[in-house]
Amino acid sequence: MNKREFLKGAVVFIPAAGVLGAVARHAAGKETAAKEPAAKQPAAAPNAKNGYEPSAHYYGMGIDIDKCIGCNLCAVACKVENDVPDEPFYFRTWVERYTITRDGEVSVGNISLGTAREPMREPVQDAREVVRTFFVPKLCNQCQKPPCVQVCPVNATFTTQDGVVIIDAERCIGCRYCIQACPYGQRYLHPKTRVADKCTFCLHRLVKGLQPACVEVCPTQARIFGDLRSHASRLVRFRRLNKLHVLKPQLNTDPKVYYANLDGEVR
Amino acid sequence: MSLTKGADGLAELLGQVTGFIYPNEIEVHWSILIVVYPYVTGLVAGAFILASLVKVFRIKEVQPTYRLSLLTALAFLLIAPLPLLLHLSQPQRFYEILLTPNPTSAMAMFGFVYAWYLMGVLLLEIWFEYRRDLIELAQTSRFPLNWVYRVLSLYSKDTSEASLAFDRKATQVITIIGIPSAFLLHGYVGFIFGSVKANPWWGSVLMPIVFLMSAIVSGIALVILIYMVRAGVRGEPIDMPCLDRITSYLFYAVIVDFSLEALDFVHRLYQSEESVKILGSLITHKLFMSLWVVQILLGMFIPLGILVLAKACGFGAELRKLLYFTAVILIQIGIFATRWNVVIGGQLFSKSFRGLTTYKMEVMGIEGLLAALVLLALPFVVLYVLLKLLPTEGPRGKALSGATSTARTV
Repeated sequence: MNKREFLKGAVVFIPAAGVLGAVARHAAGKETAAKEPAAKQPAAAPNAKNGYEPSAHYYGMGIDIDKCIGCNLCAVACKVENDVPDEPFYFRTWVERYTITRDGEVSVGNISLGTAREPMREPVQDAREVVRTFFVPKLCNQCQKPPCVQVCPVNATFTTQDGVVIIDAERCIGCRYCIQACPYGQRYLHPKTRVADKCTFCLHRLVKGLQPACVEVCPTQARIFGDLRSHASRLVRFRRLNKLHVLKPQLNTDPKVYYANLDGEVR
Repeated sequence: MSLTKGADGLAELLGQVTGFIYPNEIEVHWSILIVVYPYVTGLVAGAFILASLVKVFRIKEVQPTYRLSLLTALAFLLIAPLPLLLHLSQPQRFYEILLTPNPTSAMAMFGFVYAWYLMGVLLLEIWFEYRRDLIELAQTSRFPLNWVYRVLSLYSKDTSEASLAFDRKATQVITIIGIPSAFLLHGYVGFIFGSVKANPWWGSVLMPIVFLMSAIVSGIALVILIYMVRAGVRGEPIDMPCLDRITSYLFYAVIVDFSLEALDFVHRLYQSEESVKILGSLITHKLFMSLWVVQILLGMFIPLGILVLAKACGFGAELRKLLYFTAVILIQIGIFATRWNVVIGGQLFSKSFRGLTTYKMEVMGIEGLLAALVLLALPFVVLYVLLKLLPTEGPRGKALSGATSTARTV
């Protein structure tokens, strides 16, 4: 090879190698992104000590409205567990309070807007006028047909094999289409990471065999967590024993958060 | 309470919420930049449709605005992705949308629709339209411009009759492909909003069509505006038959646009779905000024009245020019308000349908008013450069292109 041929070859080779390298790196990056929960949580690898196998589970949650006393512990525990900012406009879960008076007037408040010790519960003006009042915990419905996943332009949000919709914070470009697409107002843009954020059913706890934080702290067992694939799960029993409803069924999102004793006024 | 950085502006909005909203809804995520985006894209589509009137429908009167329309479309198209890019909270990752797009995401299709329209339609049509000029300009202009033209002409040197005939054929074919492409470009933007079933203000099958029609209105009005201002600045006479003709098209386009909006309104009111109450309070409170006053009254009724007046009363050319000029400016403001009402309006009510929030626009920030104004001004800078580089008349000062160039080459 003479000098001229060598230079010619080099001119073609260097950019070509650069492009191929970048493509290869990107392809490799995609692979790890798809396994994000497993990669982030060493315990989640199928061959790990506790033998967690994502495809063996399919998680959902039941909420018994009649058992919720509005203590707000779930919302507080969630913020602590998941590093959710303190401000009263970033929530992965919250509790609404409904008051329906005799004239059919519905007033709704969010008790989680207050602090941990003092949930925001304004006194009812005239208790004799009230016909029904109840609390409704809200969280990501972990839909089986999630509109947020459908619209994400870069596949940054996706459903794991165990049925949890999560967000890859390293892939999210922050377009916020998912926030617009969620009918339940569950998503927010995290002010520190500047990517979309929402409830993950505490997936990092699930892979260790623990319950989500909100379920663990609930003093009245108003939140029932479980595996829809396991016949022995509490959630399956809850689903058998109660008449259930999901939020906004007309939107055909197929939520996996099931409410028992839910009032028609709840949206 | 200690505030997380970036959250300080939101706390003060808490007091302005009326009724009940889901807590995360306090932040209006799609800001004024996302208002600018469909506005600018609409101008592209509209300007192109106007240009196609000459090529496909062979409307000779509109010829003087043909090249201007094409260059306007290009100038605005080049700027169109900027508001989107600046709006991302992780703009350095924008390329993900091109490398690993999610096929079920309407937004992920942006790269493809944009690239097709830019490369497959607009640049090609402009190149064929200007090829002969570029060759002549490369010969007549001095260094370094002659090299710029040589590169722009892609080193083409053939000015034979056969090659010019091919140019004409090519622009014709590209325009025919270009019309559905322009529809696709802006209809697609409408689909981004119209397909959001969670949001009753957006989720409507009419959305892409309404977007398209208002795009045509704004694009035509913009080309008229630029044509008139440019003629004024250069001290050239305005071609009145051309102006009369285009404003007629503008008039019909506004009528169709208004009919569609009215249909949408009546349909919602008559169907009276779950959301009707909150949307009613949205348009009577939060959007009262921007919807009823600016969009409908200033942006549609008054310009329609002005156009009727100008057409029917047999005024002289000077007065007609003044009336047209006023009408197109009002229409521009009206269409901007239309985009505002869709984008911002759709985020001001809670998806619980029980309350309203407020949008407080930043002034200085990257998603603020100033950034939006810069983004709206940039296409005009690009257009200025394009017009300097690619004159709308031929190199010898003659009106070129289309009908006249055919006459000359025969």
